[in-house]
Amino acid sequence: MSGASIRPGGVAFNTLRLAFGALAVAFLLLPLVAILPLAFTDSVFLVYPITGPSTRWFGALAQSQAWTRAIVNSLIIGTGATVVATVVGTLAALGLRRELVPFSGLLRSVFLLPMVVPAVVLGVGMQILYARMGLASSYLGVIIAHAVLCVPFVLVNVASSLASIDPALERAAASLGASPVKVFRSVTLPLAMPGILTGAVFAFATSLDEVVITLFVAGPNQTTLARQMFSSLRENISPAIAAAAFIIMILTFVLLLAVKGASLYQALRKRQRIEIS
Amino acid sequence: MSARLRATLLILPLVVFLGLFFLWPLWMMVSTAVQGGTVRLAFPQTAIAIASWNGNSPPPAPLQAALVRDLRADTPQERFGDAVRTLNSQQAGFRTLLPRTARAVREAGEADVVDLATVDPRWGDLAYWLALKRSMPAYTDANLLAAVDLKRSDDARIEPVESDFAVNRAIMLRTFIIAAQVTLLCAAIGLPFAMLAASVSGWKRNALLIAVLLPLWTSLLVRTAAWLILLQDNGLINQTLRAIGLIDSPLSLIYNRTGVLIAMTHVLLPLMVLPIYASLIAIPRNLMPAAAALGAAPLQAFRHVLLPLAMPGLLSGSLLVFMVALGYYITPALTGGAGDQMISSVIAFYATGTANWGMAGALGLFLLVPTTVLYIVYNRLSRTPLVQT
Repeated sequence: MSGASIRPGGVAFNTLRLAFGALAVAFLLLPLVAILPLAFTDSVFLVYPITGPSTRWFGALAQSQAWTRAIVNSLIIGTGATVVATVVGTLAALGLRRELVPFSGLLRSVFLLPMVVPAVVLGVGMQILYARMGLASSYLGVIIAHAVLCVPFVLVNVASSLASIDPALERAAASLGASPVKVFRSVTLPLAMPGILTGAVFAFATSLDEVVITLFVAGPNQTTLARQMFSSLRENISPAIAAAAFIIMILTFVLLLAVKGASLYQALRKRQRIEIS
Repeated sequence: MSARLRATLLILPLVVFLGLFFLWPLWMMVSTAVQGGTVRLAFPQTAIAIASWNGNSPPPAPLQAALVRDLRADTPQERFGDAVRTLNSQQAGFRTLLPRTARAVREAGEADVVDLATVDPRWGDLAYWLALKRSMPAYTDANLLAAVDLKRSDDARIEPVESDFAVNRAIMLRTFIIAAQVTLLCAAIGLPFAMLAASVSGWKRNALLIAVLLPLWTSLLVRTAAWLILLQDNGLINQTLRAIGLIDSPLSLIYNRTGVLIAMTHVLLPLMVLPIYASLIAIPRNLMPAAAALGAAPLQAFRHVLLPLAMPGLLSGSLLVFMVALGYYITPALTGGAGDQMISSVIAFYATGTANWGMAGALGLFLLVPTTVLYIVYNRLSRTPLVQT
């Protein structure tokens, strides 16, 4: 019976599964893989095949004032937004931890809302608000706007690492005579650190990638890397864009790997400590 | 200090921060949409005088005199310009009429009684006065109506705008259609993909999950740029199809709906896969063999066991993808043609292009409300967190 091979475990079914999996993975990864080599093309066109390797487009970026300025702006704004979002986000995650505050669940949902509200809608509102507050076209204004979008990432990551802390550890420290501040500093904070760091990295990555709100609230002096990329994609596609994409991807992945590495290192150290004792 | 007070103090900074810089701007956007204040602000005396005019008879002399006084007053240029823009959107012609009248009344002596109809015959037309009256209330539904291609007629009835100007409904419909298409595409790829990832183990599962997470961590702009490169006429996809002889001339894959759907599906697919995977992984491993042992054919087992259990994940994934897709701006702006722009791009046009914040706010409200409602539904239904790390 030919239909039998379509059943799970059958040859045709397994081939189908393999083909689908391969195609889906290709669809997911192809764009990421395809854009990277083009950063090193020596042609003026963003097409394959690459005629020869060259770093001329990184040179072009370095020599263009618009691009270097955009990179510096992205670092300034990203750092500022990360600091603001990490501080207020971490504090709030600590406050929400034991659900002592009335309407904790509702508050949490509202705190995550910036992730869902369409960026254009928030951009319009911010533009109107900033015009009245005198924050339009200022670094502070852009940093605040980005921090609003970054807060949910900090909140979610810190909350999940707080949730994984065994309350017995804190109780043990307290019963051994540690003051609440001491418990927080030597037990809770170190255990929550991977979550705080991950949140901060996601915050930075979010700021690095944000375009829409930046279009609304930033002036020409606050043009970020992402916004510069957006406007050049609209005008003319040159390999400089692939080079910029390369920089953005490397920045994000280095940061993510650093955090993953840090939490791995901490897990290892913890295990060592347990083995020693 | 009580634990509850301490917790409240810890949350307070974020409450204040988001209250000031998230909820307040949203509120301002909404209130700008319904504020009719610009004309009232520029013509305060006219606003009072016109309230007692019934709109059927020619405007009485005191009303005309009030308008003349307002036009003579030292109104800031910006405020005057805002009012002219608002009036002109109600009744074409104000853009030339008001500056010309203002010049004429200023040139005339203080004591002279100015007959507006001799300055410009348009003042003899009741339509202009009615537009002025309509623009006076502190709150107005004009922007909200205009956002759905409606307007108030001279006798205050709601009627559709001329078909030449009726574009907003079509764009809203298009936004919902594109978001639905992207959701369907994501479900069609995401459900089997999540099932595949849940059915294998070891390095295979890790590889499949990394394939989902890597794009999620990669910049949206980088991914959109990559699709621009891949889908061009002489891009990798067309080159490959031509090389294997499937096509002779390049398919047009970019700057049209195809490009928008491909790029948006790629961007949003991880948001579909992860919730489905999370709900599948929670299913006990022996459930499918049990169904088979009880005599269910594979398809039957899938339909009656696996699919119902995967349903919560599929539902929250679909809600998430649809909700996020509704507000998309960057990807359609870069990969779509003029006929593929979504509501966000119209809002951006009003806000940054013509500084018509009233219209931007009204359209924004029509985007904000469905998104918020979907978010509430999502929160009720789903325990999958919005952020995956």
